[in-house]
Amino acid sequence: MDFVSWGRNPWEETVLIRISWDLFWAALVGGILFLLAHGGYMLFSAYRPKEDHEVDTLEKAHGHLPSTIERHSFVARAFHWVMAFSMLALVFTAFLPVVGVRFAWVEWHWWAGLLLTASIVFHIIHTTVFLDFWSIWVGPKDIPEARIELMRELGKPVPPDAPKPGKYPLGNRLYHLAVLLAGLAVIATGLLMMFRVRTNLVPRDPYIMSDAAWGWTYVAHGVAAVSFVGLIIAHIYFALRPEHLWLTKAMIFGRVSRRQYLSHHDPSRWVVAKAAGEAKEPHAAV
Amino acid sequence: MPVIRDVMPAFELFQPTSVSDALGLLDRHRADAWVMAGGLDTFDWLKDRIKRPRAVVDLTFVGELRGIRDAGGGLEIGALTTLTDVVGHPLVRERFGLLAESAALVASPQIRNQGTIGGNVSQDVRCHYYRAGWPCYRAGGNICYADTPTAVNREHAIFDADRCVAVSPSDTGGALVALDAEMVIRSAGGERVVRAEDYFVGPGIDITRTTALRPGELLTAIRIPATWAGAQFYFEKIRERQVWDFALVSVASALKTSGQTIDEARIVVNAVAARPKRLRNVETLVRGRARDEETANAAAAIATDGAEPLRHNGYKIPLVQNLVKRAIRGATEWTS
Repeated sequence: MDFVSWGRNPWEETVLIRISWDLFWAALVGGILFLLAHGGYMLFSAYRPKEDHEVDTLEKAHGHLPSTIERHSFVARAFHWVMAFSMLALVFTAFLPVVGVRFAWVEWHWWAGLLLTASIVFHIIHTTVFLDFWSIWVGPKDIPEARIELMRELGKPVPPDAPKPGKYPLGNRLYHLAVLLAGLAVIATGLLMMFRVRTNLVPRDPYIMSDAAWGWTYVAHGVAAVSFVGLIIAHIYFALRPEHLWLTKAMIFGRVSRRQYLSHHDPSRWVVAKAAGEAKEPHAAV
Repeated sequence: MPVIRDVMPAFELFQPTSVSDALGLLDRHRADAWVMAGGLDTFDWLKDRIKRPRAVVDLTFVGELRGIRDAGGGLEIGALTTLTDVVGHPLVRERFGLLAESAALVASPQIRNQGTIGGNVSQDVRCHYYRAGWPCYRAGGNICYADTPTAVNREHAIFDADRCVAVSPSDTGGALVALDAEMVIRSAGGERVVRAEDYFVGPGIDITRTTALRPGELLTAIRIPATWAGAQFYFEKIRERQVWDFALVSVASALKTSGQTIDEARIVVNAVAARPKRLRNVETLVRGRARDEETANAAAAIATDGAEPLRHNGYKIPLVQNLVKRAIRGATEWTS
């Protein structure tokens, strides 16, 4: 298996060309194997969700809350689906030709890339100005929560006062971090690559960087792109898992029930305004 | 630049004597196999060490791929038929003078004696950067050396460039597209027939190939339907050296008329894009109009709509316009 492909330029220098398509197949197969392994594990998992009586107690204590609670505003949902559409368009236009489906993909690809870029710029502004920017980030403060999640996965009892997530579970935040890194890499390199195709937006000039710099740009773009193959497989898989469907519905309709809210979140970390059922939204999910 | 070596590189040579044997070999070696017909495109690639196939399937002894047969008023031409045989065949000259004319203008008599019509339509592009073995898009790399601010690109595309700006060098390709020909492609898995227009593939669809042929497949025949038999044809090829050269621009046209009115038209220009380009806007414009100077001028005016010349090939714009004008105005019969 090769990781990158090399060529010799007119100056007889060995230069990087791009990643090897073997990496695409590795990401595809790896993603499928992961979901098979995880799905198999979940069939026999000793995962311990909250007992009904625990949630009943919480509901009694928070009876003043409305019956449904807004999890994602319309703007946040619109961003999510625009970004999802552009991501899928990018991945399909990039890799369908690799698997042998031939079509004029380049223009679709860079238009989808521009859509992704615009949606991410909007997302950064929206979360910075209107939402709690830091609520989606991961840090050392999350180690106790990770430990409790692990105990739940292993079927171990957890103390009643064990830390619970705010609006976003730890897995959600880790996924966001991975998408952030891959997304910024693919956008930055993709915008540079616009100088190599005809777009009527930027003057075409492949000599704005050296061959070596271009090689690394293509490799970084490719690594980020194949990362998205695995990330998208994982994301769709988890979104469709029965125990997560309530989250997927919330990304469509915007709201969760009070019971779901209390069952999965720490009301002190994700504070809901009592009267209107409008949660103080910390961040838009990906 | 590559140096042509005196000796061939090492490869396994196969010389099948039947199509089924050839298909079996191609199926076995797939992308590692190189199909050789007349050898005129092959030897440069191999001696320059730019293409390194493990197996070469030489079709020289596959007799069933040669010959021209009547097919209900049209023709079926074996892919291994030489260009000289195409030019001289009475049925080709009688029904499809356009094809005879285009084949007669391929290279030199010696090359036409050796070169085949299948090879002529399947040959690779002639971009000097690509043929130098550099890692351009078409060679699997990430750059087009012919489309840079400093590139030498007189011969390159003015239409439909998508990263690669190389052009189709096939003289007969344009004529076959104009005649609504079909290409018969066989593989170990069976046979498929594609329109000539779809046989040629642009870089937007597949940047590393010029034809619809996939590994394991072989072009076995070209079928020309009777549709355009005896129509009014025009072929003109502009080249720098009149004795022997690839086209800078060529035009192939077929017209059906009632009196002076054009009923139906096919106008194809070549050497301006990676595949022979049908000018559908021109065909639509001239349909139903008188075949006169006014129509020819109107056709020329829209012939280069959408063209994007490179730094050194802007001359192809007036060249295409004038050739289209001459094709509409032109001779009422085969020009040679």
